[in-house]
Amino acid sequence: MAIEVKVPTILRTYTAGEKAVSGAGGTLGEVLDDLETRHAGIKGRVVDGEDLRRFVNVYVNDEDVRFTGGLGTDVKDGDTVVILPAVAGG
Amino acid sequence: MPPYAAGVLTLDQAIYAAIVAHARRDHPDEACGVVAGPAGSDRPQRFIPMLNAAMSPTFYEFDSTELLRLYQDLDAHDEELVVIYHSHTATEAYPSRTDITLAQEPGAHYVLVSTRDGAHRGAEPLPLRSYRIVDGEVREEDVCIVASDDTAVGE
Repeated sequence: MAIEVKVPTILRTYTAGEKAVSGAGGTLGEVLDDLETRHAGIKGRVVDGEDLRRFVNVYVNDEDVRFTGGLGTDVKDGDTVVILPAVAGG
Repeated sequence: MPPYAAGVLTLDQAIYAAIVAHARRDHPDEACGVVAGPAGSDRPQRFIPMLNAAMSPTFYEFDSTELLRLYQDLDAHDEELVVIYHSHTATEAYPSRTDITLAQEPGAHYVLVSTRDGAHRGAEPLPLRSYRIVDGEVREEDVCIVASDDTAVGE
C-alpha cells in the first residue's frame, strides 16, 4: 500500500503526464518531500517556504488540509491526496 | 490540432443566456462558474454555476469543497472544464492582472462578461468574450453563439 496522489493537469509536466502517482510518508509534508525525489520541481509548485501556496488546494481523503493541519496533516497507507489549483481571479 | 491554438469558442445560446443571467443576478459581486464537456471534445455542454467564496465585487474564488466535488463529478462523467467564466462588475470583459496571474487551467476557455455601467439591470444581451490564458499570455478568441439546432445566431 502507498498513498495515492492525484495530480492536476498543470502539474503533470512533472509526472510524465501521469494523473496519479504514489507517495510515502507520515504527513502531507513528508509525502511531498517523497514525491520531489522522483518528480523534481513538483513540491515547489505546491509549497512556498513552510506553507501551502495560497492558490493551490490540497485534500487528504476529501478534507481540505487547511482545516486539518496543513503540511502537518497525518497521512497513512491507503489515503488519497488530491492537489487542485484554485479557480480564482479578480 | 495544437493543444492551445487560439480558435473559436462555440457556445450554445441557452448556456450563453445562463452565464449572463448568473452575472446579472450576482451583481455587484462577481459571478463565477464552469461549463463542462466530454473530455477532449472542447464542447461546452453542461452549465455549472459555482459559489463565489470571496463574495466580492473585485475578486472571485471557487469554494474549496465545491471545487473538489466538481472535479470528482467531472471525473465520474469523463468530462473536463471546457469553460471557466466570471463577471467583471466595474471593468471591461478583459482578463485582469489577477486573472492572468492565477489562471491555472491551460486547457480551458476563460470567458468574461461585464455588468458595469448598469448593464446588469438591462435586458440587452451582455457582451461575452473568451480567452486562452497560458503561462501569463492572453489570447482572445472568437465566440460563436449557436442555437440548439446548431444554427449560428450571431457573435
